[in-house]
Amino acid sequence: MHEMSLCENIRDIIQEQASADGFTRVNRVWLEVGPLSCVEPEALRFGFDVVMRGSVAEGAALEIATPAAEARCLACGQSATVQHLYDPCPNCGTVKMQVTQGDELKISKLEVV
Amino acid sequence: MCGTCGCGEGQVQIDGKHHHGDAREITLERDLMAKNDDYAAANRAHFRDRGILALNLVSSPGAGKTSLLVKTIEMLGPGRCAVIEGDQQTSNDADRIRATGASAVQINTGKGCHLDAHMVGHAVDDLAPNAGSVLFIENVGNLVCPAGFDLGEAHKVVVLSVTEGEDKPLKYPDMFAAADLALVNKADLLPHLDVDMDLIIANARRINPKLGIIQISARTGKGMQDWVGWIRSARVAMRLATAAE
Repeated sequence: MHEMSLCENIRDIIQEQASADGFTRVNRVWLEVGPLSCVEPEALRFGFDVVMRGSVAEGAALEIATPAAEARCLACGQSATVQHLYDPCPNCGTVKMQVTQGDELKISKLEVV
Repeated sequence: MCGTCGCGEGQVQIDGKHHHGDAREITLERDLMAKNDDYAAANRAHFRDRGILALNLVSSPGAGKTSLLVKTIEMLGPGRCAVIEGDQQTSNDADRIRATGASAVQINTGKGCHLDAHMVGHAVDDLAPNAGSVLFIENVGNLVCPAGFDLGEAHKVVVLSVTEGEDKPLKYPDMFAAADLALVNKADLLPHLDVDMDLIIANARRINPKLGIIQISARTGKGMQDWVGWIRSARVAMRLATAAE
């Protein structure tokens, strides 16, 4: 359950931002979680509600965007959208795919009061 | 549901807006791993300055990491090795390492499922590994969470025992994608098992085409020379890279 410690990171970032910016409540939190980021969005949701209790983001809604993952084929050089690390190249069928995008894990924006 | 007042979102509007005072959006674009990555960068700089080769050993529980380490330390020399042991509970593994004469510290993560760079930084302060030594960081036995946490190591080395099945790399791809080397351990058991070594290797390379693979047995010593040779090459490569900076 490393999603719990990631939620603690989210809370720390929000609290830091609250001190700097002066807001007292967070209505909504937008995250970007790449499909290859080693994170399970449902576990993140579960941890989020628990960890945000007592913080300025208690009760905040959580929006998780999942950008597409991309990989480049080491055999034919083509880039393609992939869902998993073991997906074959849609162009040449080999499995020598090197991931180039899709492991993002970030807090993109907040709605605050 | 509206997070501010609990009303149905967007259902009540005043002058065409669902109103809660001055709600506004702030763009952050902050990486959730940034804090860990900062600690990892500090660890990496410390290792580079002191010529320490740090290897992060990851596996599922029971793959044989500690037995492998004990053998490795005997071959490299205990004075040239230091070990950080990560487990949820007990200091059994650190005790086994200390019995070889190498220095070791035990991190108990409690309920935690992985080591992070902050814990490792503190452990390095306590351990104070010799300049030019090899620091083995034996991560918590878990093929999932440790994949996502950079500790400042030069390489992640994944240990997989032959009894775990050929499809382990496909089931737990993140770790095999993050590793530079796979040690396929307990190879001495192969004659007693219906396990296809070629398939293990093919599945691991399907996840990570650049993965190095060594078949090894801590018990019989098979592959140990290759592994120790790999460590020595990695140390040379690190020194050359540091000298070139």
